[in-house]
Amino acid sequence: MSPAFLLLLALGLGVAAWVVARARAWSFKRARPGERLAALPAYHGWYAALWVALPVVVFAIAWSAIAPQLIAGSVLASPAAADLPVMELQRQTMLAEARAVATGAAPAVFNPDAQALVQPFREAISRFNIIGIVAALLIAFAGGAWAFLRLQHGFTARTKVERAVMGALLLASLVAILTTLGIFVSLVFETVRFFGMVSPVEFLFGTSWGPDPMSATDNIDASRYGALPLFWGTIYIGAIIAMVVAIPLGLMSAVYLTQYADPRWRRWLKPMLEILAGVPTVVYGYFAALTVAPAIRDAAIAIGIENASSESALAAGLVMGVMIIPFVSSMADDSIAAVPRAMRDGSLAMGATHSETIRRVLLPAALPGIVAGVMLAISRAIGETMIVVMAAGAAANLSANPLEAMTTVTFQIVAMLTGEGSFDHPATLSAFALGFVLFLVTLALNFIALRVVKRFREAYE
Amino acid sequence: MSETSILPSEPTPELTRTPAFEARLKRRYAAERRFRLAGLGAILFSLAVLLFLLVTMTMNGIGGFQRVTLDVPIRFSQADLSLPPATNNLGVAIRSLEDQGLPEVIHAEAARVLGEDAADELSPDAWRIVAEEIIDDPSMLGRDVELALPTSANLSAALSGDGHAELQPLARRLSEQGVLADRFDPGFLTRSDATDSQLAGIWGALKGSILTMLVTLLLAFPIGVLAALYLEEYAPRNRWTDLIEVSINNLAAVPSIIFGLLGLAVFLALFPSLRSAPLIGGMTLALMTMPVIVISGRNAVKAVPPSIRAGAMALGASPIQVVFHHVLPLALPGILTGTIIGMARALGETAPLLMIGMRAFVATPPDGLTDPATVLPVQIFLWSDEIDRGFVERTSAAIIVLLLFLLVMNGIAIYLRNRFEKTW
Repeated sequence: MSPAFLLLLALGLGVAAWVVARARAWSFKRARPGERLAALPAYHGWYAALWVALPVVVFAIAWSAIAPQLIAGSVLASPAAADLPVMELQRQTMLAEARAVATGAAPAVFNPDAQALVQPFREAISRFNIIGIVAALLIAFAGGAWAFLRLQHGFTARTKVERAVMGALLLASLVAILTTLGIFVSLVFETVRFFGMVSPVEFLFGTSWGPDPMSATDNIDASRYGALPLFWGTIYIGAIIAMVVAIPLGLMSAVYLTQYADPRWRRWLKPMLEILAGVPTVVYGYFAALTVAPAIRDAAIAIGIENASSESALAAGLVMGVMIIPFVSSMADDSIAAVPRAMRDGSLAMGATHSETIRRVLLPAALPGIVAGVMLAISRAIGETMIVVMAAGAAANLSANPLEAMTTVTFQIVAMLTGEGSFDHPATLSAFALGFVLFLVTLALNFIALRVVKRFREAYE
Repeated sequence: MSETSILPSEPTPELTRTPAFEARLKRRYAAERRFRLAGLGAILFSLAVLLFLLVTMTMNGIGGFQRVTLDVPIRFSQADLSLPPATNNLGVAIRSLEDQGLPEVIHAEAARVLGEDAADELSPDAWRIVAEEIIDDPSMLGRDVELALPTSANLSAALSGDGHAELQPLARRLSEQGVLADRFDPGFLTRSDATDSQLAGIWGALKGSILTMLVTLLLAFPIGVLAALYLEEYAPRNRWTDLIEVSINNLAAVPSIIFGLLGLAVFLALFPSLRSAPLIGGMTLALMTMPVIVISGRNAVKAVPPSIRAGAMALGASPIQVVFHHVLPLALPGILTGTIIGMARALGETAPLLMIGMRAFVATPPDGLTDPATVLPVQIFLWSDEIDRGFVERTSAAIIVLLLFLLVMNGIAIYLRNRFEKTW
């Protein structure tokens, strides 16, 4: 029985409770005509529906977690399970096979020995299905009876229902805190485990990166976990090459759109520019790997650079820069728009041309906002994954040559976690340490940027 | 003091508009034009890159919607094949046909009409397609039919003149006979992943994407809207509220791959059996999408004028009634716009799903939220690693499908914004 069935049951019972309780409230109203109920009949309905549906939902979630164990336990206790192999792994495969057949997921068993278990499985499943449904009905009935007995003429059902709604609102907004906490705790937990095997100094300042996920865990070569080349690659691609593309283009686009473009054109150009930000990163990555990187390699060979690699920091950085253009542009747009009109008018009245006004007055005045926007853009660029995974290469190089393959923090996170390594190996855990560094850096960039933007807005208000 | 007035009573144009001034003015105007052109150039460059990207994908992708097929006449009346009676199990029926020698029959028929060399270049799985057609239309077994069957990846590369020189004469001969051609392949949208590019399709990935997005929407939308309402309408100004706000703003800026790490460390640790299931993928993406919905939802709620609240309050509505009966319906178009944009971002997201194992080879479309699945962007990533020329085209075709989906979603968002958004 799927949890979906229990949830549907909860819904159906809830609707039934709503109808019954509402009818009951109407009967109070009819019993004393001329007197007002303390709450509208519909609120009585909601009150009962909540008391019926919520406990059933909670039960459904709990039951779907424990029912498989109960079923497996009862199958193991059955006489057919007595001659199961002792080895845990074989035992589990046999059980899984029999379960698949019993639930109809597989047409027939592969291992004939598992056939004997199919029947006990079927019986156990139907038995626990019945138990589950009966328990759900009992819980619903208990909740419904409790709610129903409390309904009366002067019952303030609305206040109660609204209290529940407020609780739901509060819970929903706590999800954000829980998520942040979840990220922080899981990253810290795995990072601490990693630092138990490789010292933080070695990790942060070592210059050679080449973890071997297959090596033995009891003899770790800590010198292979120097993440400096990754940090350099990330900064070089995300904060240097990409920004060299994105800052001038984004800034000039924003200036043109806000200061020069005809409003009619602006209405079309701005959304079109934003399409660039809406293209999925995997598409950019494919574009970088398939079109841009070979073109750069050919160009490099044409101007006489030999052994140019087909994966280069330049290709990844350029494409990433293009992706960031609309981001820089819209941040610059906002900051330029926040500069008071009087400053611009004053400059124009003094006889400055448009471009002089923009360069000497508007841009300096908007600079804090623009800088904050660039910081946010950098934080987005260094966290970008797919472009570098597909175009930047896996070699950890500590070099300033943009034509060389370079690897980044995000690339290595993907590489370390999509391999075959076990969860106890430092190579796998290093991905969490890298993620933690990435998290802290983007957090710091965002925090400072938002501060700057806030103070900047206040300065002109 | 009085002699030297600041303004000369008769300004002489000759004094201000000197040749040096004129030259300076010219330079300044030239600089103005250059600056303006630079701005226009920046925009045009960005748009040109966008256009180039779309054109490249379309040019490459058109081939992905086609496949090379070979027309093979098959005389089923001569072959002794029969369908097992009354099985509605597809797998059993296909296996029975295989045991009766369907692959050999097809090979022999192809060799008889087109030559042994052509028969060898049929796709090794061509008989499955025939088997499925037979199951759809059992009367076929008594007739002679001509079926268009996929060829091997090598022959299709040879037909497009892309390597495999040894097969090119064969490809030329067959295409002159008119039996070998590149034809539109609607099956690309209905098949699933395969190791052979000729047999690969995107339905499995598309279905995985739809299921994942469903989970994301069901989780992120209610939580996001309720959180936005709470923060904007009810939250008291205190340290807790500040903490919630700070964490929402930060979550919106955290790199997506970090959410993948969270999904791996928390969700997969809790439900290890659900590796690469749409349920886990959707939960991970929901955490990523929720802050986007909260932020756009708060802006939409903020835009509802206070007079609406005051009016409702004056008529005796409770705070909950004010919000749910009046503010929320008015803010809904704005909230929906933000939701669709957030969902579009989640649909194109790849990195977090790689982390939670949605990168496995999945040849059957998922039937439920807990089946192993892959999603469209991950499928694109997986195919982009293949060297086979056929997969390059398939990858671009899959990208076109993904971009079309995003286009439709964003189009709906823009329509909603223009149609329903009020300025007060």
